Amino acid sequence: MNLRDTLTLSFQTVVSYRTRSLLIVLAMALGVAAVVVLTALGDGARRYVVGQFSSLGTNLVFVLPGRAETSGGFPGAALGQTPRDLTLEDARFIAHLPQVKRMAPLNVGVAELTSGGRLREVTVLGSTSELLPIRHMRLSQGSFLAHGSERSAQIVLGSTLAHEFFPDGEPVGQRIRLGDSRFLVSGVLAPQGESMGFNSDEIVIIPIDYAQELFNTQSLFRILIEARSRTDIEPAKAAISHVLKQRHDGEEDVTVITQDAILATFDRILRALTLGVAGIAAISLAVAGILVMNVMLVAVAQRTSEIGLLKALGAPAADIRRLFFAEALWLSLAGGAIGYALGNAGAWMIRLAYPQLPAWPPDWASVAGVATALLTGVVASLLPAARAARLDPVLALSGK
Amino acid sequence: MIRLTAITRVFRMGDQEVRALNGINLEIASGEYVSIMGPSGSGKSTLLNVIGLLDQPDGGRYELDGSDVTDLSETERARVRREKIGFVFQSFHLVPRLTAAENIELPLMLEGIAPTERKSRVDAALDAFDLKDRARHRPAELSGGQRQRVAIARATILRPTALLADEPTGNLDHRIGAEVMELLEGLHHAGTTLIVVTHDRELGARAHRHIAMRDGEIVADEK
Ligand SMILES: Nc1ncnc2c1ncn2[C@@H]1O[C@H](COP(=O)(O)OP(=O)(O)OP(=O)(O)O)[C@@H](O)[C@H]1O
Ligand SMILES: [Mg+2]
Repeated sequence: MNLRDTLTLSFQTVVSYRTRSLLIVLAMALGVAAVVVLTALGDGARRYVVGQFSSLGTNLVFVLPGRAETSGGFPGAALGQTPRDLTLEDARFIAHLPQVKRMAPLNVGVAELTSGGRLREVTVLGSTSELLPIRHMRLSQGSFLAHGSERSAQIVLGSTLAHEFFPDGEPVGQRIRLGDSRFLVSGVLAPQGESMGFNSDEIVIIPIDYAQELFNTQSLFRILIEARSRTDIEPAKAAISHVLKQRHDGEEDVTVITQDAILATFDRILRALTLGVAGIAAISLAVAGILVMNVMLVAVAQRTSEIGLLKALGAPAADIRRLFFAEALWLSLAGGAIGYALGNAGAWMIRLAYPQLPAWPPDWASVAGVATALLTGVVASLLPAARAARLDPVLALSGK
Repeated sequence: MIRLTAITRVFRMGDQEVRALNGINLEIASGEYVSIMGPSGSGKSTLLNVIGLLDQPDGGRYELDGSDVTDLSETERARVRREKIGFVFQSFHLVPRLTAAENIELPLMLEGIAPTERKSRVDAALDAFDLKDRARHRPAELSGGQRQRVAIARATILRPTALLADEPTGNLDHRIGAEVMELLEGLHHAGTTLIVVTHDRELGARAHRHIAMRDGEIVADEK
């Protein structure tokens, strides 16, 4: 029997055993759809995090106080020492390094914002004029902290806060109280929404000196540094570590991380996660494969006398084997195709429900899902097909 | 021509041995019309299966159309069955999913004949067996006589040299059975070797040669 007739005949068989075929196709389709949807979710999460983190800035290097060693804490901790503060003075030294394009020190805290009878707790960032370009922030009104303005009491409002406190829409030039001091509103941030779990629409930004006074601290929370170029990132990191070690009496008590390193870590973790869920989803395909095998074995038993007839008509064993093989192929092909469509529909619905999440199934996952379905289907049919081909014609004809 | 020499076929059931064929010597010339009769369990079906290469004897030699087919491989036996043998069974053995026309087409498919030629040959067969208006019907929608006609059309579509019928009228009433026999005899007149196993004395008597079996042996062989 030629290939075309084999495929046609087995297709007819698949269609005529409707319920049985639908059951297998459904099991296969669900497995493939699970692979597609779960990898779309995983990869969407990866792209979302990486995208958000990239949008923080370019060529960034972060300095934070304390050693981030896997063993935890800074080596001196055991001796009862606390890590040395990261100070504004440290930050100024870093700013002078040749690989550094700009630098913004950062303090973070919470304070009460009051004006015209309104009161609200807000997150306060203390920094300098350089924060705006480093963090790729945009303003909708007014100006940012003026350069060298550390001594003037200016404040920049997040867009939500500006709306809340100045519903008339004219916040710039107005006065507002933060904690115990009065500030002059110099500008309003453009709405940005949530980013890395941090809503920049509900923050205020004040000069670093005022922030340190407000929170009564000399120690910086972070220093954000933008290297001059991509190739300057690693040299900048080395230079910064070196300078700070010198300034801290040879103690390595700060952590310097690059944005790239963090990005790479996120990327790696989330890729592994995606692969993991894909693997788990693929197990459901293996289960579908076992189902195919069982159903095909039942089919061989059911059609024993038919197999006997084909043998009596002169069908060689190979023809019979191929017929059952083709049957499994059709089933898994249909399951794979429907599962692929279902999975993409699912991913589409996720994107509708969560527009921020780029939940596109990766190509490799779609291919792997459909290929696994085909492979399991075909492998699962090996044993039943061989059993059918081996049947004794006389016994098979009598249905035994 | 069929020539069996000292053919034995032994079935073992546990420690019991059944000699279904016990030293059969038989020669059937091309174009003969032979009936095989005998009590139940005498080995008639087994003999037919051996002649049709569905079953392999445990001993003896089998020569078909001048060549030794005793020790052919399963694939070769399948080819010989396809080309030289047509089987007609008591229970018709039609594929329930396929229409009458598709059932008749099966051997042509197995033989690898092109679809256009298949169609004209199937049409001719439907005509010859008076099944034209039943072509698109499935077996469940056919009467017993029609089913057996489809089965005979299928058995003869590749023009086998020998037609082996194992109680072909066993599931049919007397009148329809006689019609089916006439159909088979028509094929015999066209030159096909016809071997019919039957319990019906009247039908058996119509053959030109009568073989009687008992306990796996041929006890009578009369022209
Ligand atoms: N597969 C088998 N396994 C064991 N014994 C078998 C098998 N096939 C046939 N036999 C035995 O061989 C003997 C001959 O069987 P066979 O079917 O040829 O008889 P038969 O003449 O066709 O009988 P009937 O008229 O009932 O069809 C019987 O005793 C039967 O039980
Ligand atoms: Mg019998």
